[in-house]
Amino acid sequence: MTTPDTAALDLTPAPGAAPFPRMVLAQAGAEVRATLRNGEQLLLTLVIPVLLLAGFTLAPLIDVGGGSRVAFLAPGVLALAVMSTAFTGQAIATGFERRYGVLKRLGATPLSRAGLMLAKTAAVLAVELIQVVVVVAVGLALGWRPHGSFAAAALLIVLGTAAFSGLGLLMAGTLRAEATLAAANLVYLVLLGAGGVMFPLSKLPESVRPALEVLPISALTGGLRTVLSGGALPLGALGVLAAWAVLCLGLASRTFRWE
Amino acid sequence: MDSPAVEIIGLVKRYGGTTAVDGLSMRAARGAVTAVLGPNGAGKTSTVEICEGFREADEGTVRVLGLPPATPALRPRVGVMLQSGGVPPATRCGEWLRLVSRFYARPLDVDALLVRLGLAAHARTPYRRLSGGQQQRLSLAAAVVGRPELVFLDEPTAGLDPQARHACWDLVTDLRAAGVAVLLTTHHMDEAERLADHVVIIDGGRVVAEGSPAALTGAERQLRFRARPGLALEELLNALPSGSAAKESPAGHYIVEGLVGPELLATVTAWCAAEGVTADDLRIERRTLEDVFLELTGRELR
Repeated sequence: MTTPDTAALDLTPAPGAAPFPRMVLAQAGAEVRATLRNGEQLLLTLVIPVLLLAGFTLAPLIDVGGGSRVAFLAPGVLALAVMSTAFTGQAIATGFERRYGVLKRLGATPLSRAGLMLAKTAAVLAVELIQVVVVVAVGLALGWRPHGSFAAAALLIVLGTAAFSGLGLLMAGTLRAEATLAAANLVYLVLLGAGGVMFPLSKLPESVRPALEVLPISALTGGLRTVLSGGALPLGALGVLAAWAVLCLGLASRTFRWE
Repeated sequence: MDSPAVEIIGLVKRYGGTTAVDGLSMRAARGAVTAVLGPNGAGKTSTVEICEGFREADEGTVRVLGLPPATPALRPRVGVMLQSGGVPPATRCGEWLRLVSRFYARPLDVDALLVRLGLAAHARTPYRRLSGGQQQRLSLAAAVVGRPELVFLDEPTAGLDPQARHACWDLVTDLRAAGVAVLLTTHHMDEAERLADHVVIIDGGRVVAEGSPAALTGAERQLRFRARPGLALEELLNALPSGSAAKESPAGHYIVEGLVGPELLATVTAWCAAEGVTADDLRIERRTLEDVFLELTGRELR
């Protein structure tokens, strides 16, 4: 039995905010831990992408339109991984944080809203880094030999992250948490099917293709496929992602309700 | 340091057609404990959440440590305990307190604070698995961990067992001793009576009474006793000096109010003897804050 060391508790006021970078790092670390500890999130961010990549590389169930199966699938799965973290995972987590009053409570601490958003972005990028390492490792093991500009790939991923984060926060800040959960999963499935991730858009009817090509997932998938097979940075894909990012982040910042 | 901890003048808050706060004015001094008492729906939480910067006032002026409540510079100086929630359900108790502590320049020692509030054994327990009382204590810990000058506690002891209530009261007492201003809302009269320097009773969004617990309960004393129910009080009232009152509430419990002194006591015991009853539990006491509260806000449930 130990006696509480109350002498260590000096309650005399000594207010002060921690330095901004320390606050952001603390919050980002907490968000990364929460993601990695959440089973459903891990399923979405790591297990499903890896299974899709390995499964469809090894089993010739889908027609990738000729060429190496893994070279087609790996960039698509990378794009899927980015979407699962920046959009689906972030939308659901933020929606429930709003519902549980976590955003409200954090608003009463010295961590500003800008600081919170920065922390969320840092956490998303950190989780994406883990995803990229795992997906690339699995791809290499399956015989993928990417060649081209990795800086261009990183640029596409960052822009894609901004676009998907904007879309996710737009949902999380306006819909009820349950509606966000349902909608985020539905959008994930639709974009997985219609965004050229698992099979080329050229397999789809000519009439719907222009609409599908301006989806953020199609732009990210197509862009990554091009730059990771030696092609030049496609400005069209870059433009599509930038437009989504500006539109969604702008709308989200205007409509986000913290409570 | 001249401005009070909280100053509210003519505060009005409406939600759609209902007016939750209706021209409320009050002050909370620095370094003192101010209790806001009121029935459910009296406007307590609305008032506190406006002071915390979560909601906007429709009318009136609110100053917290001399500043408008939403001022970012107030965040490190003010600790907040929400009425419920505010913590991610999967986050462990100790992790949450450590995270919140990292937002402040000179936080309290997290482990010592956990020990102090009886949470050390639950440091690794996810928030959703804590009991209601443990969740409340964690929220209380998070409100004080940054060493604020002013703490808002919205119903801090709701749902706490007696031990946890006392732990909370001790902490509030120590905060006050350390010079921290505390503004708390409560339904518990004993809590307000025990902790507060200043009590503000609100009802229907307005202040109906305020003062120190002693001033509110007044110098007026009561004589109470128990006897068989249904005694006829008319003769007693005739024998008592004018301005006295006697009532049976509840059955078998008698209360005599007036100039309570030796004469009144003699009159009452003489009447008891004449009626052939023995007065049990005969005692003289001050009105409680609960009496004052019920007189002011009514007994009917709403």
